[in-house]
Amino acid sequence: MIVPLAHVLVLAAILFGLGLVCTLVWRSNVIMLLIGIEIMLNAAMLVFVGGSNHWGAADGQVFALVIMAMTSAEVSLALALVVYLHRRKNTVDVDEFRELRD
Amino acid sequence: MYGDCYPDMETYLFYILAAVAVIGTILAITEKHPVHAIVYLVSSFFSLATIFFLLAAPLIAMFEVIIYAGAVMVLFMFVIMMLDLGRTDEAGRPVLKQWLLPILLGGIILASIGVIAAGYASAPSAPGAITVRDFALTLFRKYGVAVEIISMQLLFAVVGALYLGRRRTP
Repeated sequence: MIVPLAHVLVLAAILFGLGLVCTLVWRSNVIMLLIGIEIMLNAAMLVFVGGSNHWGAADGQVFALVIMAMTSAEVSLALALVVYLHRRKNTVDVDEFRELRD
Repeated sequence: MYGDCYPDMETYLFYILAAVAVIGTILAITEKHPVHAIVYLVSSFFSLATIFFLLAAPLIAMFEVIIYAGAVMVLFMFVIMMLDLGRTDEAGRPVLKQWLLPILLGGIILASIGVIAAGYASAPSAPGAITVRDFALTLFRKYGVAVEIISMQLLFAVVGALYLGRRRTP
């Protein structure tokens, strides 16, 4: 282990906090909101990889790979939703999508 | 590997890359132009991939570059270009009032984790590096079902994206 595990965890916590702030702040653009989710998932992956390195077990890397596959599925669906909503209301502002049906 | 002859170099590299990742992310979330935000985020993900390599996970580092910095970010870029969201004049950055409360919430989380990490005595780390062979054995022998489930999930995502993206004829 090149650095203490706590430093890896602190870095992951900082990245997670930044992703959370991005998700909470950018209500005017749903793409930036999705980017915030990406940042948070990356921080989770960093925790898994750091733990895997610390305890010498490969399980954490497998989880990181599963997170990555899950993220690519999530992003494709979410961006398809963004395209659909933009086609419907011609905006990506989250506040505009209040009704369940038009 | 190289760590034996230069015990400190990788440690310094970790902190430098951590600073690059954090600064890149900060610039990405405060940038009002979505395309610039994506490019900042790609640089942040590259440094994170190098951190993964330093943490003895070369496969994850490769997938980070190929899938995250490559495929996912290019997908974002495609959607931004397709919906023509890249114009700066109408892209409004949130005003200062909207930043305060999220920063407060994020700061509380960061402070609590910092307090925990400051008094945290970690268990002794296990010797022995993880090779790609260990990784593959764990992935396909221990978590073989997960691979199948993930492939099913990707298939469902493709079907869902096709359904949502089709043109509806009124």
